[in-house]
Amino acid sequence: MADAGRRPEVARTGGRSPLLGLRIAVPRGALFRETLEVLDRLGVDTSEVRANDRKLLFEDVGIITMRPSDVPTYVEAGAADLGITGKDVLMEQAEREVYELHDLGYGLCKMVLATEEGEDKAAEALRRLGVMRVATKYKRVASEYFLRTGRQAEIVEVKGSVELAPLTGLVEAIVDLTATGTTLRENGLVIREEIATSTARLIANPVAHKLKAAAIDDLLGRLREG
Amino acid sequence: MILPTPSGTRDVLPDEMRELRAITEAIRGVFDQHGYGEIWTPALEYEEVLERADLGEGRAVYRMFDEHGKVLTLRWDMTVPIARVVATRYANAEPPLRFAYFAHAYRDVRPQRGLPREQFQAGIELVGSPAPEGTAEALTVLCRALDATGLRAYRIGLGSAALYPSLMEEAGVPEAARAGLLGELATRDFVGLRRRVGELDLPAAMADALVEVPQMRGGREILDRVGERGHVEMLRRLYDLLDEDVRARLIFDLGLVRQLGYYTGAVFEVYDPALGAPIGRGGRYDDLLGKFGRDLPAVGFALNVDRLHIALTGEERG
Repeated sequence: MADAGRRPEVARTGGRSPLLGLRIAVPRGALFRETLEVLDRLGVDTSEVRANDRKLLFEDVGIITMRPSDVPTYVEAGAADLGITGKDVLMEQAEREVYELHDLGYGLCKMVLATEEGEDKAAEALRRLGVMRVATKYKRVASEYFLRTGRQAEIVEVKGSVELAPLTGLVEAIVDLTATGTTLRENGLVIREEIATSTARLIANPVAHKLKAAAIDDLLGRLREG
Repeated sequence: MILPTPSGTRDVLPDEMRELRAITEAIRGVFDQHGYGEIWTPALEYEEVLERADLGEGRAVYRMFDEHGKVLTLRWDMTVPIARVVATRYANAEPPLRFAYFAHAYRDVRPQRGLPREQFQAGIELVGSPAPEGTAEALTVLCRALDATGLRAYRIGLGSAALYPSLMEEAGVPEAARAGLLGELATRDFVGLRRRVGELDLPAAMADALVEVPQMRGGREILDRVGERGHVEMLRRLYDLLDEDVRARLIFDLGLVRQLGYYTGAVFEVYDPALGAPIGRGGRYDDLLGKFGRDLPAVGFALNVDRLHIALTGEERG
């Protein structure tokens, strides 16, 4: 990342492309398809991005693709002017210095506290042991939630399928993101509390937000119109 | 043996130091030429003294105890120590007073590119010169200093810390809701700002202004779009005082809020296309000196020398 902030201007697309020379970080994964549809509506040619899931940098159209949790990193450093990622990612990386410009509305999901069906083992652990163990990928969101609600929790950070953790006795509860609740149900977990809702957001680098204000506002205007 | 330094600190070796030195020497020449006298203050101060600045909650600092059990802190900027110097050593001196510094500041930040916990700053404080004249002088010295380093494409974002509070006053935002709106602005969350303003049940025109005005940035023409409301007139008068080359560097940014608790009026940040983060910032702090016992208006800025170096290198390669 030594060159993160550097802009190879020669390679940029200039002011006439649909993104007006801006570079946007696009999340692969759950938000990928709808993000490309948004870009299509802005007149960006995303056919190469759709056709090629190994290539990461599409300099001609101003798109770079990455996992959603990396989007704030690239945007904060200025390696991308704009980015699209979930509010869940932004909440978890609240220290990132980026502008949150627009709620794109899609990718709706909930951050929930879930435990196994039946008697609430987390509540029991809290009552009898004073602490509940909670597995999550969202360490900050979970910690702040339990702090806010006055409960002691031991946060266990996992990278993979969180649903496994309560089923094996690693923890009593999980904090995770769910869109339909299907995965939770299939693993015998029920939602006990809703912590937050999340949708896709458009974010901007703070310096690009000033130096490329006209291009960003133009794009934002077109996004708001639909 | 590999022995680490604390997180967010680093060594500077001769090759880099030569380049940093060239930058600071260029800046020092400009400060000197404009009558700013360089000073040193201790890196360690009594916490109870620096706390008079009332920086609000959450300022992360390094603290330790001296042999008498008094709490010491490493200075987190040079503005507050200089406020102390003015009140104690220049209690009767005729203003304006001009000070320059090249010094380390210490903050317990998340270390990131060009933002170590031990940060080398070059800056000035102009004490006893009110707005808009004092602000115009500070902006002019800032541009001359950046020009002297050879930085080419920089711009200065200029706003007012007083603007949004006066906008909230005018719109009749309840006292209890104001900190929340400022919080959304400070964390740059316009989605959250829109949601909070929407919850307030204000007339549509007022609600729109609260959401739209802080997103306005551009040339002098945006000031006219805001009309006569809140502190925009002061920005106009400031603009009128500036030389053409300084004006050409300005981007008015009505969403700039105070990053430090003590800013009262104009606030500004330095940007360069070669770096994704501000290179420096400054502003007016007309109430700070009074808290140290000498009530004088003041303005100043600090450049982050590491980031300036990164931007210069980026421009060179770009």
